[in-house]
Amino acid sequence: MGRPQSVPRRTAQAAGEPMLRVEDLSIKFVRRGQEPTIAVDSISFDVQAGQTVGLVGESGCGKSVTALAIMGLLPPRGNRVEGEIHFDGTDLLSLSDKQMRDRRGQELAMVFQDPLSSLNPVVPLGVQVCEVLERHKGMRHGAARRRSAELLDKVGVPDPTRRLDEYPHQLSGGMRQRALIAMALACEPRLLIADEPTTALDVTIQAQILALLKELVTESGTALVMITHDLGVVAGLCDQVNVLYGGRIVERADRFELFARPRHPYTNGLLASIPRLNSPRGQRLKPVPGSVADNIPWQVGCAFSPRCGAASELCRAEAPHLERDEGGAGHEIRCHHPVGRPSESADDARSAQDE
Amino acid sequence: MGIPNGPRTWAESKKKRIDTLAASAGRSGRGEGAGDGPGGPATGEAGALKGAEGVSLLAAAWRRLRRNAVFLIGAAIVLVFVALAIIAPWIAPHDPAGRILVDQIRPSNPIPQPQPGFPLGGDSSGRDLLSRLLVGARQTLFVGVMATLGGLSGGVLLGTLAGAFGGPIDSLIMRIVDVMLSIPALLMAFTIAAMFAKPTQWTVIMAIAIVQVPIFARLLRGSMLAQRRSDHVLAARALGVKQAPIVIRHMLPNSFGPVIVQATLVIAGAIIDAAALSFLGLGNPDDRSPEWGQMLGKAQEFFNTFPHLAMWPAACIIVVALGFTLMGESLREALDPKSQR
Ligand SMILES: Nc1ncnc2c1ncn2[C@@H]1O[C@H](COP(=O)(O)OP(=O)(O)O)[C@@H](O)[C@H]1O
Ligand SMILES: [Mg+2]
Repeated sequence: MGRPQSVPRRTAQAAGEPMLRVEDLSIKFVRRGQEPTIAVDSISFDVQAGQTVGLVGESGCGKSVTALAIMGLLPPRGNRVEGEIHFDGTDLLSLSDKQMRDRRGQELAMVFQDPLSSLNPVVPLGVQVCEVLERHKGMRHGAARRRSAELLDKVGVPDPTRRLDEYPHQLSGGMRQRALIAMALACEPRLLIADEPTTALDVTIQAQILALLKELVTESGTALVMITHDLGVVAGLCDQVNVLYGGRIVERADRFELFARPRHPYTNGLLASIPRLNSPRGQRLKPVPGSVADNIPWQVGCAFSPRCGAASELCRAEAPHLERDEGGAGHEIRCHHPVGRPSESADDARSAQDE
Repeated sequence: MGIPNGPRTWAESKKKRIDTLAASAGRSGRGEGAGDGPGGPATGEAGALKGAEGVSLLAAAWRRLRRNAVFLIGAAIVLVFVALAIIAPWIAPHDPAGRILVDQIRPSNPIPQPQPGFPLGGDSSGRDLLSRLLVGARQTLFVGVMATLGGLSGGVLLGTLAGAFGGPIDSLIMRIVDVMLSIPALLMAFTIAAMFAKPTQWTVIMAIAIVQVPIFARLLRGSMLAQRRSDHVLAARALGVKQAPIVIRHMLPNSFGPVIVQATLVIAGAIIDAAALSFLGLGNPDDRSPEWGQMLGKAQEFFNTFPHLAMWPAACIIVVALGFTLMGESLREALDPKSQR
C-alpha cells in the first residue's frame, strides 16, 4: 500500500562504531523472597555489520537470556536489565515496547532452538510467513503469498506453494527450521540472532541448516549472532567468538586465533571434547569435568575454578579480569593461569617487559 | 413457534465443531497444559482446518474416535435427538398445542389414555403427549445450546482479556469469577431468573448463560497464561507481530480444544438447569410451545396417578444430557495429550 516495499538501509555509522554494541549488560532475575539470580554479568561485545559472532558456552551460562535482552523479549516482570545495547547508535534498552516491536522482524530477527514449538500448530505455514511481510512491508495478501513462496524456495523448501497451505506438523524438523529462517530473513533484517538453531535437529540436517545460514547471511550482508554450545558449529561459521562461562565472557578471539591458541582452560576443555576425524581410534573424548552446578559466584573468585585443573588459591579468592592477551591480536582472556604458549605466556611477556 | 430455525443452525455448527475437534485430536498432543477450570487439563490444538491436508488429518482422528464406543454412543444419542428436534414439526402426528382429546377429560379421568393414533395418550389439557415430546426436543435443545453459547461468549471474552493482559485486569476479572463460582450454580440461576417479572425462554437462557460464564472464563484464562509462555508466541513476538494478532491468531485458536470439550459438557448441565427452572415455574409460562422441563412441572400433580406423564419428559432430559456428557468426556480424553501417551 502506501509503504515502500523495502525500507532504505540506514548507512553504516561512522567508521569504528559497530552495528551492535553490547556494553556492560547485566541481567538479574529477581523473585520475591529469594536472592536474585545473576544470569548475565556485565557482558560486552560488538558485532560489525555483516559479521558473524559466536556466543559459546554450556547450557545455563546466559546465552539465551542475552539474546532475548537484545531482542527486547525478556518477560516484563521479574528481571532487571542493566547496561547498554546500542544498535545503529540507538540504545535498544531505552526504546518503548512499540518502538522495539517495530524493529523486531524488520531490523532484528531471531531463530530459536526448537522449530516445531516455534511455529503455531493451528495456523498454516503460509499465513505465518505472510504475517511478517504484511506486518512490516505493508504487502497485500496476494503479493505476500507470492513473496512467501519465493522465500521458502530460497531456503530450500521443496514445492513451496503447496507447503504454504500445510500445517507445521506436516513438515519435517529441517523444513520447519528452514521456514523459520525464511520468516526471520523475510524483511532482510540487519541482524539475525540464531539461538542454537540446530540443537533440536538430526546430525545430517544440522550441517545443511548451518550451510544455509552461512550462505544467506553472506549473500544478504546480514550480521549473525550465532549462539551454540558446540565449538564445532563455531569453527565453520564465526568471524569472532565469545566464550561465556557463568554469565561472563571468559575468552574472546577471532576464530583462527581461538582454535590455534586457546588460552582459557575452559575453552581448552571445550575443544578437547569435540570429536575429531583425525584423532586415533579408541581415544576417549575428554569432557570438561564437573558441571555448572559447581560454580562459585564471580564475586568470590573465578567461577570456573572448582572445575579447573590449574586453579590456585588466587583463583578461589579473586576473580580475574578480562584482559588483552599480549600474544594474539584482539585476543582477550579472563584467567589467572592461562594455558598454552608457556614460553610467551602473558605473565612471561609482562615480566619480560618489566625488565 | 418462537424458535426460528435455531436448532438447525446449531446442528450445523455442531458438526463443524466436531470435525475441528477430531482434527485436533489427530495431532500428537503437544499443547501447553491448559485449563485450571473445571474443564480439567484437556488440551488440544484445534483450529480451522481446510484443504486436502486437513482431510487426511481428519480421517486419522476420526479413525481413532470411531473406535471409541463411549464417544459413539454419546454421539448417536445426540444426533438422534438433534435430528428429531429438526424434523419434529413434520413428523409430529398432531399439533402439539391442539387440545384434540379435550372431550375425553372427565373429573374421574383427567388424563386421556393411550389409544390408536395417540400412542402415549394426552396431557391434562387433552394435547397429544408424543407430539409435545417431539416438538419439546426443539425448545429444550435450543435453550441448552443458546445458554451454552451465551456463557461461552462471555466467558471466552473475559478469560481472554484476563489471561492475555494479566495485571490488574486479570485480578479484577478473576475476583468476580471467584465470587460467582462460590455461589451454587442452580441457586444463582434461580435468583437471576426470578429477577425478571415476566419469564420467557430468553430469561431462562440468560440466567443459565450467566452461570456458565465463570467456568469458561477460568478455562480460557488458564489456557491463555500457558500460551503466553509458549515458544510459538515468543517466536511470533520476535517477528514483531502486534498484540492483537498475537492474541487472536496465535493464542485463541490454540484454546479451542478445551473450550469445545467444556461446551459439550456444559450443554448437558444447561439442559438440566433449564428443566429445573421450568419445573419450578421460572421458565416460559406459555405452554403452547412445549418444553420438557415445563412438561415435567405440569405433570407434578399426577405423579401418583399417572406417573408416565412425568416419566417421558424426565427420561428424555436424562438421556440427552447423558449423550452430551459421554461425548464431552470422550472428546476430553481424546484431546488430552497425557492420555495419548
Ligand atoms: N525466566 C527466568 N527466571 C529465572 N531465571 C532464569 C530465567 N530464564 C533464565 N534464567 C536463568 O538464567 C541463566 C541463563 O539461562 P539461559 O540464558 O537460558 O542459558 P543458556 O546459555 O543455556 O541459553 C540460567 O541459570 C537460568 O536459570
Ligand atoms: Mg539457551
